[in-house]
Amino acid sequence: MNSEFDHLLKRAARGLMSRREFVGRASALGISAAMANTLLASVARAQEPVKGGVLRAGMAGGESTNSLDPALAASEVPFMVNMTWGEMLVDVNAKGEIDYRIAEEISANADATEWKFKIRAGVEFHDGKTVTAEDVVATLKRHTDEKSQSGALGIVQGISDMKAEGDMVTLTLASGNADLPFLMADYHLVIQPGGGVDNPAAGIGAGPYKVVANEPGVRHVFERHANYFDSSMGHADQVEILVINDNTARTAALQAGQVHMINRVDPKIIELLKGVPGISIEHVAGRGHYVFIMHCDKAPFDNKDLRNALKLAINRQEMVDKILGGYGSRGNDFPINAAYPLFDDSIPQREYDAAAAAELYKASGHDGSPIILRTAPGAFPGAVEAAQLFQQSAAAAGIPLEVKVEPDDGYWSNVWNVEPFCASYWGGRPVQDQMYSTAYLSTADWNDTKFKNARFDELLIAARAELDQVKRKAMYTEMANILRDEGGLICPMFNDFVEAKREEVGGWAPDPNGELMNGRALAKCWLNA
Amino acid sequence: MHPILKLVVQRIALGLLLLWAVSLLIFLGTEALPGDVAQAILGQSATPEALANLRETLGLNRSPVVRYFDWLGGILTGDFGVALTNGQDIGQAIGQRLGNTLFLAACAAVISVPLAILLGLVAARYNGRWPDKVISGVTLSTISLPEFVAAYFVIFLLTQVFPIFQPVAMVFPGMGFWERLQAVALPVIVLVLVVLAHMMRMTRAAILNVMQSAYIETAELKGLSPMRVIWQHAFPNAIAPIVSVVVLNLAYLVVGVVVVEVVFSYNALGQYLVDHVAKRDLPVVQAVGLIFAAVYIGLNILADVIAIISNPRLRHPK
Repeated sequence: MNSEFDHLLKRAARGLMSRREFVGRASALGISAAMANTLLASVARAQEPVKGGVLRAGMAGGESTNSLDPALAASEVPFMVNMTWGEMLVDVNAKGEIDYRIAEEISANADATEWKFKIRAGVEFHDGKTVTAEDVVATLKRHTDEKSQSGALGIVQGISDMKAEGDMVTLTLASGNADLPFLMADYHLVIQPGGGVDNPAAGIGAGPYKVVANEPGVRHVFERHANYFDSSMGHADQVEILVINDNTARTAALQAGQVHMINRVDPKIIELLKGVPGISIEHVAGRGHYVFIMHCDKAPFDNKDLRNALKLAINRQEMVDKILGGYGSRGNDFPINAAYPLFDDSIPQREYDAAAAAELYKASGHDGSPIILRTAPGAFPGAVEAAQLFQQSAAAAGIPLEVKVEPDDGYWSNVWNVEPFCASYWGGRPVQDQMYSTAYLSTADWNDTKFKNARFDELLIAARAELDQVKRKAMYTEMANILRDEGGLICPMFNDFVEAKREEVGGWAPDPNGELMNGRALAKCWLNA
Repeated sequence: MHPILKLVVQRIALGLLLLWAVSLLIFLGTEALPGDVAQAILGQSATPEALANLRETLGLNRSPVVRYFDWLGGILTGDFGVALTNGQDIGQAIGQRLGNTLFLAACAAVISVPLAILLGLVAARYNGRWPDKVISGVTLSTISLPEFVAAYFVIFLLTQVFPIFQPVAMVFPGMGFWERLQAVALPVIVLVLVVLAHMMRMTRAAILNVMQSAYIETAELKGLSPMRVIWQHAFPNAIAPIVSVVVLNLAYLVVGVVVVEVVFSYNALGQYLVDHVAKRDLPVVQAVGLIFAAVYIGLNILADVIAIISNPRLRHPK
């Protein structure tokens, strides 16, 4: 059967194409309608979940220092581990909407300062206890405690009061936040019995799989949670995450069938891997982006003309093509793309313009001494090459950049957020408010561009409590424009999540929220016999 | 006291003294790092209050001398403390990882040591002729390849072109011996390739050196076969240098194979150390550093002792 037809068949079976359209296109390839229908039916049957088996993922991003405490998760493997054994109040689904999980109903008051979450009845923890509103409150309380060192501290800090009454959790906020349900989907906020206060790393949750073996930096083994409340997850009897940080070994393990799916496919080998039978590349535009950041409060970057000259002097398309191998999209110097709700696609794309950059550079009155751009191999994949490309395109505009390669070790503590101009990356956040609040609010801890703009802050706070989506979108557009034209962020590209899986894996569906189907690939996929 | 016994006891005492000096160095080295453990744990989010609290709980307020002996006492009684990053018991984690390290090293040694010595003997026997040239050429090219290149080459050849082995060499508790052997096959092949040349060349050089002696000429004139001359007369007198280079390679197989461990995702001590260095998890770094030093010193003592015993002049004093 030719590959064109195979492709059609796959799309139709996934529901990306109607049956009528499929039969029509198939007949154009010389295949009869009856034949086409039969084939489609057999493929569609194959899309029915198959129970049983051992499903394995090979992943980069795990260390032997990892803990099962969900509050401490910071890299890819702990994220996936949390999403496999843990359950949050809600998930954000692939369309960017709220999926109810432990909460089954959410309501807010008019100014979005008081939120009520109704807890689903009969959800069971792995130890057999039933999930209660008290467990939810205890969990959130633990994350507000500085001692828990929670990655979600910034999210729960704004909650001034938490109450559990019967099956209802009431959260009162210091100031209104229309996005609160999205924030509750954060992967650190795994609901634990008694909030996990006694033993945060016990690995007892309400998710689709139970922890069987936890060997940080090596592997994590899970078995199906028999009393899980949602039959659409938890197909394989056992799932495993093998930590394979080496790119070559990870790819080889996939090819050899030792694992069924891998994250972080190196852009350089995508084309090669595509030709391997039995393996498919899966990619989805996410919210992650690779950036060069300038401190707006330090010379010479305190000069707006110089900042904008540098923004014009970067060739974004070249970066997407060469650094991402085409698996990504151009950035526009604000950290938001179409993967976010309320994104405004009418904001004009900034293009490479050497002449305009040269003009602005002259206007900035810079003395012509080399501007030092610090980078490191680990700042983002291809960060050194990207800095060199930037150097070349800037040189064409007469702007002297000097690339300084720093060691990976200590980069995030000694260079990032310390030196005035360096390469970095952001994984993105589920909603615009969270992204802006994390890194662009004047008072944010991680304001890594030292961007301080009163109008921007004012809009950010106002948009947070605005329940009228039209007004809210207009505010976000104005903020994007301020950041794009005034800020210290040079955002040349948004990277896709590029992953690969074997053909026997069924149930794969792209999800822009995070790697490997937002960490749920092991829970949602199955093994076709 | 027999002079050999005396020498051995001396060596061991010296080794222990050296180990103690290393422990002091490790402790002082980590003390000299900017900031302290509390700061390393709290990182950017450190507030003065949190720092004070944590120093109190970790006992960092006590004098360095007290802390050093506390640490040393803990280690002598088998208590390595807990990792700062994830609270796991260090002794337990190291125990398992050290087992894996030793298993891999033992597998590689069992193949490479006899093979290297045999090849060395053959090369010496056919000195300057084609078997010598082939053996030297091949082993010198495998040692010249960086470990990771050899590893990728082996992965490509033996998992993709000829799918015989698995590229990921993780071993787990509960795995059978045979399963473990299969899992570590690829890293073992790479390590054998890496260490073979060194030992082979030393064997060859030591034998050829002895072959210059007058008594070898006598043996040859007696009409003994060349292989018998080498095996019975030359080899026993060449043991000391061969053993010292073999032991050096064994030490390398235990403490120096982190690159191979990472490429094959083999869960042994080297990878464990690197992960914890990256997170500034000092108790783990100290403990693993001390273990590596102990292995190195121990194996060197062993080499000395074997060299002493193999020396007839020391074995039969007048």
